[in-house]
Amino acid sequence: MTQRHLFRQILALSRLNLRTLPNRAGTAAVAVVGIGGVVAVLVAALSITEGFRAALTLSGRDDVGVILRGGSVDELSSGLPVEAVRHVLDAPGLPRDAQGVMASPELYVIVDVPKKGSGTPANVPLRGVGPGAFPIRGSFRMVQGRAFTPGLNEVIVGRGAAAQFEGLAVGSVVRFGGLPWTVTGIFADEGSVSESEIWTDATVLQGSYQRGTSYQSIRLRLPEAGGMEALRRHLAADPRFTLSLRTEREFLQGQSGVLVTGVRTIGILIALVMGVGAIFASLNTMYAAVAARGREIATLRALGFQPPAVLVSVLIEALVLGLLGGCAGGALAFVAFNGFQASTLNFQSFSQITFAFTVTPALLALGIGYALVLGLLGGLLPGLKAARQPVSRGLREL
Amino acid sequence: MSGYLRLLLANLWRRPLRTCFTLGSIAVAFMMFGVLGAMTRAFSAGADLAGADRLLVTHKVSLVQALPASYRPRIRQVDGVRRVSSATWFGGIYQDDRNQLATFPVDDLEYLDIYPEYVVDPEGRARWMTDRRGAIVGRPLAEQYGWKLGDTIPLRSNIWRRQDDSDAWELKVSAIYDVPEAGGDPRNILLHYDYFNESRGRGKDLVNWYVVQVADPARAAGIAREIDQQFANSPYETKTSTEKAFAQGFVNQIGNIGALMNYVVSAVFFTMLLVTANTMAQSVRERVPEIGVLKTLGFSGSRVTGLVLAESCLLTLLGAATGMAVAGALVDGVGEVVRRYLPVWSVPAEAWLNGLGIALLLGLIAGAIPALQALRLPIVRALRGH
Repeated sequence: MTQRHLFRQILALSRLNLRTLPNRAGTAAVAVVGIGGVVAVLVAALSITEGFRAALTLSGRDDVGVILRGGSVDELSSGLPVEAVRHVLDAPGLPRDAQGVMASPELYVIVDVPKKGSGTPANVPLRGVGPGAFPIRGSFRMVQGRAFTPGLNEVIVGRGAAAQFEGLAVGSVVRFGGLPWTVTGIFADEGSVSESEIWTDATVLQGSYQRGTSYQSIRLRLPEAGGMEALRRHLAADPRFTLSLRTEREFLQGQSGVLVTGVRTIGILIALVMGVGAIFASLNTMYAAVAARGREIATLRALGFQPPAVLVSVLIEALVLGLLGGCAGGALAFVAFNGFQASTLNFQSFSQITFAFTVTPALLALGIGYALVLGLLGGLLPGLKAARQPVSRGLREL
Repeated sequence: MSGYLRLLLANLWRRPLRTCFTLGSIAVAFMMFGVLGAMTRAFSAGADLAGADRLLVTHKVSLVQALPASYRPRIRQVDGVRRVSSATWFGGIYQDDRNQLATFPVDDLEYLDIYPEYVVDPEGRARWMTDRRGAIVGRPLAEQYGWKLGDTIPLRSNIWRRQDDSDAWELKVSAIYDVPEAGGDPRNILLHYDYFNESRGRGKDLVNWYVVQVADPARAAGIAREIDQQFANSPYETKTSTEKAFAQGFVNQIGNIGALMNYVVSAVFFTMLLVTANTMAQSVRERVPEIGVLKTLGFSGSRVTGLVLAESCLLTLLGAATGMAVAGALVDGVGEVVRRYLPVWSVPAEAWLNGLGIALLLGLIAGAIPALQALRLPIVRALRGH
């Protein structure tokens, strides 16, 4: 028996199996729906972590640095006196534009804003920024209204925050720290974590929150690779301050680790356990398919079809069911969740982050791959049974 | 009766492999139902455990904003207030930046009296009060890091620096507290507010929140209003809420975990419904001649229908019981580790009840169509085998 011969047998049997699939639509649907459900849950759960990554990690830039007080890992617990800010801005070799050093000393406070839908208060970050904040973030743009006027109690609101929290429409007035603030515009920043925030003029915020002249962090455009060492030396030069410098990407990665790992672990665990259930479902389907065709298979065997051809043709049918399930589940997850806006509390920054469920092509591929594995596992035992069954017994079967 | 049961079991056992696979996938579904139930409860339990007699006073704008320490005597004067203690977020780090420990400077024994669920022996309390640098630590923390009474633990703070601008705070373990019943956080470190306040370099005389114990929980809402009125129109306005409302606020901030879990569980159950329905349909189809025999023997149509439904429900109930039992064992198995972080960790009692209801419902729906077919089947055709 040549390889080619076997291959042709497999082809012929698979075509036969697949052509008769519609006759077994009911049982086949069970396997497809079972696998589809698993894939939908897996892809949906992982699309949450992709959303976090898009907001927190991917948006972090390598050419932007975040300076905090040494030892602080988040902006909330950091504090920088104005002398430290001056010292940083004096560093040699910092990139400049028409307005001077491309840097923004910032304040970060948290305000209670009701969540849309539930109306319960949520920790929303209110960030005071310097004029350098806009050019540093290359993709910042106003999507509605206008920027705040420095010196006035005006705020602009990130696109995500405006969608998730109540009373932040352009023109409305909100009360933070006992003072009224007018919302003058909505901004976007390519889905970064900034879109979860409310921004205002840092000096106005210092006044209304009794912060004197102090800041909490500095964001600045970093010099070219060669200048980094000089910048670090300069930061360490003044014994009055201990300062830490991270790139924005490193900083945001540090802030999101727990959230991303947590959601990912839970999502994968659920998908694994559900996968076991789905394997049972497809085992049932494939055993039923094999049992229903016991006589047919025996006849084929009597005609000279080889056991390996029978096994492979059953596996191919199982894989096709898995593929159908995987595509259906992935499509369901994409249609139902992709772009869905949500928000949650990030304990590491103690504030709300808004994010969009993001179904990436890689996730879809992962889901379909998993579906194929589930289908294969479900088809293996029934396939072996079909291939091993003695011809005489199969032919006698009623 | 036992005859019926034997008939049902015999029918189920007719195709052992198929029955086992169906049972397996139902069991997996109910296992997830049980474990997700435990998770949902673990995350929302804070609110249920909150003391009814405790109020939390925070800055009106946000809990992160500080309040003056001078508010403590003023809150104490409010009628109906029994005890008041401040608490401040310390931001303790041990050895590595990743080991962030919930560390709070508090107003000494008054704080412990407000939280009776933190159990410290009398000698420990006395030792704490005689040591300015003393700290009380939770038992799981002490065990994890090998701390013993009298040990000095070098903590760093990512918020507070001492007057010499160092961020190293050396605390001495005066006592170890237990949380015998669920409730309270067993992984805290408590230190003396006075020592903390004298030693810190800046932000003196500011605290993050106050815990208030009221004499009569029924009056809590009125007392909360009165406290907030005291400080209205001051630079530090307050927001006073019951501990329960405060904890619920946190749960709300995380977003609707419960709803998310419900989506997952519904998806799983829908799939299992199809699997079971398919099994029942196959099983009835195979047994058509038998049903004819039963009817010939004088079983009425409704009785045959009942048999099919009972078989379907028996299948789902067996699967559900297995699944829930596995869930219980699993939750218990990892309990020791999980309870360090989430004090309430068990399959909730109502999950068992709901599971029973869902199993019955699944069984009835899955068996409905095959049962109807069995009911309508004319004897002659049944005996012929179609």
